[in-house]
Amino acid sequence: MKYIEEYRDRGLIMKLLDHIRRSVTRNYSFMEVCGGHTSAIHRFGIPSLLPSEISLISGPGCPVCVTSTGFIDRAIAYSRMENITIVTFGDLIRVPGSFSSLEKERRGGADIRILFSGLEALNIARSEPDRTVIFLGIGFETTAPGTAVTVKKAREEGLKNFLLLSAHKVMPPVMDAMVRDGIRIDGFICPGHVAVITGSQIFRFLSEKYGLGCVIAGFEPTDLLQSVLMLVAQINARSPDVEVQYSRAVTEKGNIIAQEHMNSVFEYCDADWRGFGNIPASGLRLKKEYEDFDATIRIPVEIEHHRDNPACICGDILRGLKGPDSCLLFRRTCSPENPVGACMVSSEGACNSWFKYHL
Amino acid sequence: MNEFISLNHGSGSRQAHDLIMELFVKSFEMSLPLTDSAVLKNNGFTFAFTTDSYVVDPLFFPGGNIGKLAVCGTVNDLSVSGAIPQYISASFIIEEGFPLSELEAIVVTMAEEAERAGVRIVTGDTKVVGKGKCDRLFITTAGTGLLKPGFENIGSGKMICPGDKLIVNGTLGDHAIAVLGARNSLSFSSPVISDCTSLNGMIQSVLGECGNVHFMRDLTRGGLSAVLYELAQLSGMGITVDEASVPVDDPVRGLCEVLGFDPFNLANEGKVLIVAGEDDHEKILGILRSHPLGKKSALIGEIAEVNKGEILLNTFTGGKRILDIPSGIQLPRIC
Repeated sequence: MKYIEEYRDRGLIMKLLDHIRRSVTRNYSFMEVCGGHTSAIHRFGIPSLLPSEISLISGPGCPVCVTSTGFIDRAIAYSRMENITIVTFGDLIRVPGSFSSLEKERRGGADIRILFSGLEALNIARSEPDRTVIFLGIGFETTAPGTAVTVKKAREEGLKNFLLLSAHKVMPPVMDAMVRDGIRIDGFICPGHVAVITGSQIFRFLSEKYGLGCVIAGFEPTDLLQSVLMLVAQINARSPDVEVQYSRAVTEKGNIIAQEHMNSVFEYCDADWRGFGNIPASGLRLKKEYEDFDATIRIPVEIEHHRDNPACICGDILRGLKGPDSCLLFRRTCSPENPVGACMVSSEGACNSWFKYHL
Repeated sequence: MNEFISLNHGSGSRQAHDLIMELFVKSFEMSLPLTDSAVLKNNGFTFAFTTDSYVVDPLFFPGGNIGKLAVCGTVNDLSVSGAIPQYISASFIIEEGFPLSELEAIVVTMAEEAERAGVRIVTGDTKVVGKGKCDRLFITTAGTGLLKPGFENIGSGKMICPGDKLIVNGTLGDHAIAVLGARNSLSFSSPVISDCTSLNGMIQSVLGECGNVHFMRDLTRGGLSAVLYELAQLSGMGITVDEASVPVDDPVRGLCEVLGFDPFNLANEGKVLIVAGEDDHEKILGILRSHPLGKKSALIGEIAEVNKGEILLNTFTGGKRILDIPSGIQLPRIC
């Protein structure tokens, strides 16, 4: 299959592995900060192929996993109101809030529907004018432009019963926060799909300010292995830089049209991240001219003080300090069927990937 | 067990497995291992007996409709138990206001599929419920068929040995993706046609020529992963699967890449996993490949003595990983 098989070529994979084996001179730790990378690394069995000198650590790249308990609690509070329909992408409904999850609320009768695209939410709002449709906007720079277009379209059509509850976030501030917290890594496997939108230069501060290697990677096995090889070469040469491995999709400037949509609808705000707490200017909220579509403004709601399970170490896992196998709950009380922390919920979460794929 | 039933309990996932074991099997004192059909002995004859309910949404999809599914599903459950399907019952729960023309189209398809499969629909029931009390139409079929001596243990996994080979009769995921593509709410159309079909002819030609079939299961809800998990549990042995050898058509593979589904977890309605004795797998592959429903049959793995109870996937990259049972629901109401 075109654009798939050439990147999964067994001969090429073996060649790359051979190059990596011949290049390693010490131990290396690299962090991936994209849930798509986490899932791909484990699904393709990459850890079983790499030499033992190379550790891959999963960072806060799964948008479902970093969504705060407070956000889930707020969505649950809305779902309990009369004539409200919550629309969201699949994984989010299973993320535990303080006392419940959207999935449990749906079993109890709340109207919560799963979508594949934000624009489907507009179809629901159009066809059911008596209900207020609240779209849970989630994701990084990759999905925020899609939400921006949805909100713009709602305004163009004058849809009064469509609202957004935004948990959209941006990537650079959390990477900065992790490095300032003292995470011990040699470099980042930078998120390819984020960079498709933003361009490659948003990661420049990591190499210039902190001397960390950065390679923006694609999602196929040869992409990931070539990225590891490029990072090893940067470290060996002591010349940290931002390189683009995923050059078939990522440019220096990124997708200008998508950026314009995002910038015209959203502005930066401080945001809560599960495992990190509040990070300044790391979230996206609707600008004043779009506040008619902001659920938090149109329907103010009181939520109880939120609470996380104290035994869950999702926070340490998201910060790359511990692996899923260090958690006492892992495979015991926490499983994909009964997730305690958000990292076990999403297919892109570190715990979920370990549970499903790790030998 | 969770306090309320969720959609996950009906999806061929671990939760569905737990519900069946912890509630139904216990309360009905059913004998283990669970198979697609019960095997019943009476007056020297052995019968297989099975039942299944169909709630697919939408009712019509490329390659079939709920009626065809209801006949094929029961025919296939009997066939993979080694039986020759003979008689089927059909019960209908119909929502008030359902168009008669659609019901007629569905029933005509059932009659046609029964004739094609050589089974007779001999009894049934009809209930109509008020508007909103069910979603248009649900069908339940049950069926029975004769089991020839020597085939009684095919569904139970008792005959599986180390070295046995795993064979599937074609591409995975076609039914799930066809149904998904037929849903109006999605913003893509898919060229994929459901593989919904009665497999009894093909299976009988294998069993007729080869006595070395150790296990069979149709790859419905939960797909290949769920059946392999069940096989590992039943046999207590390890299973090794080669990812590159598992057939998946490009449109299904492409949509799985876009939507984040794993073709191994997707439902099929015309695919069977055959576990064959080491010496006979070439012969079985030959028989399958010469049958119209088995042209893309492939050897996908084997039973191993190591990693007992686990499924090890050799990825096409040359790596290794665990293949786990799907958790929760991938796609709602596909059968």
